Amino acid sequence: MAHETTSANPKVNYEYRRRKARDEMRGQVTSFAMMIFMTFIAFIIVLADFDKFYAFPILLVLAAAQVVLQLYYFMHMSHKGHGTAALFLYSGALIAFVTILTFLTIVWW
Amino acid sequence: MSTVAEKRGFLAVLWDYLTTVDHKKIAILYLVSGGFFFLVGGIEAMLIRIQLAVPDNDFVSAGFYNELLTMHGTTMIFLAAMPLLFAFMNAVVPLQIGARDVAFPFLNSLGFWLFFFGGIFLNLSWFLGGAPDAGWTSYASLSIASDGHGIDFYVLGLQISGAGTLIAGINFLVTIINMRAPGMTYMRMPLFTWSTFVASALILFAFPPLTVGLFLMLFDRMFGANFFDVTMGGNTIIWEHLFWIFGHPEVYILILPAFGIFSDIISTFSKKRLFGYAAMVFATVLIGFLGFMVWAHHMFTTGLGPTANAIFAVATMAIAVPTGVKIFNWLLTMWGGSIRFTTPMLYAVAFIPSFVAGGVTGVMLASAPADYQYHDSYFVVAHFHYVIIGGVVLGLLAGTHFYWPKMFGTMLNETLGKITFWLFLIGFHGTFFIQHFLGLMGMPRRIWKYLPNQGLDLFNMISTVGAFFMAVAVIVLLANVIITQVKNVRVGNDPWGDGRTLEWAISSPPPYYNFKQLPLVRGLDPLWIEKMEGRTEMTPAEPLGDIHMPNSSFIPFVMSLGLFIAAFGAMYQIDWRASDGADYVWSLPVLIIGMGITIGSMAVRSLKDDHGYHIHKEELMDDHDKGGRE
Ligand code: HEM
Ligand SMILES: [Cu+2]
Repeated sequence: MAHETTSANPKVNYEYRRRKARDEMRGQVTSFAMMIFMTFIAFIIVLADFDKFYAFPILLVLAAAQVVLQLYYFMHMSHKGHGTAALFLYSGALIAFVTILTFLTIVWW
Repeated sequence: MSTVAEKRGFLAVLWDYLTTVDHKKIAILYLVSGGFFFLVGGIEAMLIRIQLAVPDNDFVSAGFYNELLTMHGTTMIFLAAMPLLFAFMNAVVPLQIGARDVAFPFLNSLGFWLFFFGGIFLNLSWFLGGAPDAGWTSYASLSIASDGHGIDFYVLGLQISGAGTLIAGINFLVTIINMRAPGMTYMRMPLFTWSTFVASALILFAFPPLTVGLFLMLFDRMFGANFFDVTMGGNTIIWEHLFWIFGHPEVYILILPAFGIFSDIISTFSKKRLFGYAAMVFATVLIGFLGFMVWAHHMFTTGLGPTANAIFAVATMAIAVPTGVKIFNWLLTMWGGSIRFTTPMLYAVAFIPSFVAGGVTGVMLASAPADYQYHDSYFVVAHFHYVIIGGVVLGLLAGTHFYWPKMFGTMLNETLGKITFWLFLIGFHGTFFIQHFLGLMGMPRRIWKYLPNQGLDLFNMISTVGAFFMAVAVIVLLANVIITQVKNVRVGNDPWGDGRTLEWAISSPPPYYNFKQLPLVRGLDPLWIEKMEGRTEMTPAEPLGDIHMPNSSFIPFVMSLGLFIAAFGAMYQIDWRASDGADYVWSLPVLIIGMGITIGSMAVRSLKDDHGYHIHKEELMDDHDKGGRE
């Protein structure tokens, strides 16, 4: 009985939840390590004075990867029931992206 | 607790409305204040038309004319059309999806009060040294140069009411995603709910650019920044981009809910399910999406160059395709239906050709080279009044007649309703049809007077006469409202007799907790399905149980009031600094006190638990409208 207090729902299976939580934790620690590593690389690239031609795209890709990790592991978007939120997030990102692209390509060409 | 309205004192009723979090009462608040601003904007319009009735007129001065014109547009878009749409969304959408209320009742009330105080702030400019005078688009080079506080009122007022709109939009998104009754899948939602959903998504994505633009303007005007000042290295065109990245989606925020109202009215009074439901939904979503990719069609003559103009022209014309899909679906819904020409249906039928006319001029304007001729002429004025009045306002008037019984439990008089309709329709076409030709003949937009004998005199006079027809129509509508409410003849659940959707399955007006038991939805037009099987009410989806209700709260009012007060401080600190601290010493304290009130009430809200209350099963059973079933 004592275990149940950790959950709002008294019917959940405690062992199952524990396993879930452990998996979750592993994912979060892994992605945390990866994010530190990526940040490290980003600093190295800037410190080592890489050619801008290479440095910019790499930095952007690293940034994008971090956003994805952040969303999926730390903000739980990998969990079920986040479909609508993801849809809105991606449509917003798409609209913003196309708007910026429009400026860079045809408005301020 | 009884649902029968008891006789209560005026103050008790007032307090009830000041603190309500009930979507049905907030709907009435939106209707009354949106209606008030509609009248204010209408009076401004009449003054404009009187000034332009005869050439070389001196009815108003040039500066006052600019203020009238600016406030007319700003009021009509932000303070009349949108809130009136929110009135119907609040009144109807939770019922249509079988919800107890919106997802965040507290925020619903906050959204209303922010809009209300923003609107009052903006309009106080009339009494405090002059209204904004740079057009509703407030282009930066003009508005930075504008003297006095007019533009500051515009920036701060819209910032406050815009926050309210954003809150309302998010609230509807969450409501529609999360609060649908059992069986109400996305593809069973009535079109008004769908269009509310898409319009709310547009609000979510379109208002932030406006907020950013207004902030930059605020810093330019109030704190000496130079974002838009070309002489200081700024860029004045950026305001135009930000404004129209918001502005074009905004016109769809207005028209899509009107489309939804018409879709429901047309299928109700044709006694048919909506033709091409899936196509209608898809077209609504597509219009919403494409609406973001066309903003520069308002800037063809700014000098973006042929590549940009061509691409934006094509993108703009593409919107005509899903719009056309909707037009044909409405026609085919009526085709072969057993049509009843009630007042709402008259509006719906008149809307189709009127809106098509506006769409056609839209495509003409979208042809970039031709737009060099039309731009900033009365042709544009005619275009957007055809889409906004022929679309949005007709939709609002139709919705007023259609949903009045559901909101107030009484039926507006049909004869007076039809008189309003004909006067308004004749007046509308009389005013604006002829403006197409005025534009083609070279009459520029936003001018204060014109010279006689240039071929503009007669048409302008006709246009003004048309405007008076519309004014009379609105007066008849007001009379209708008063007569109806005084007679107070109560009506039942489904006063039109042909209701198809869930809102007609509940009493008019509904009890404060809405459905006693959530209804089970078995398909599109759920009430119609039950009717076809010989039932008169919905089958419940759950046993009768306690209902959880939110408590009323005065905090939203106070929170908004704080920002309202702070706005005065923010504005007059300009004079305080200009006078080297000699005058307006109160401005900074007022700013701080106002912000303190807002932040303080936010803290109270966050720190004080408010769990709401329960209506117990027993009370629901005693409630004398239709007994609940176990
Ligand atoms: C087929 C659809 C439409 C097309 C192709 C279209 C196209 C255009 C274009 C090209 C302009 C700019 C004209 C100029 O300034 O030279 C314009 C202006 C305008 N349109 Fe539309 N439009 C369409 C539908 C709508 C709708 C549905 C609304 C509102 C409900 C609307 C409201 C406006 C407004 C308010 C303006 C004037 C803005 C201003 O300068 O103050 N339009 N339209
Ligand atoms: Cu547009």
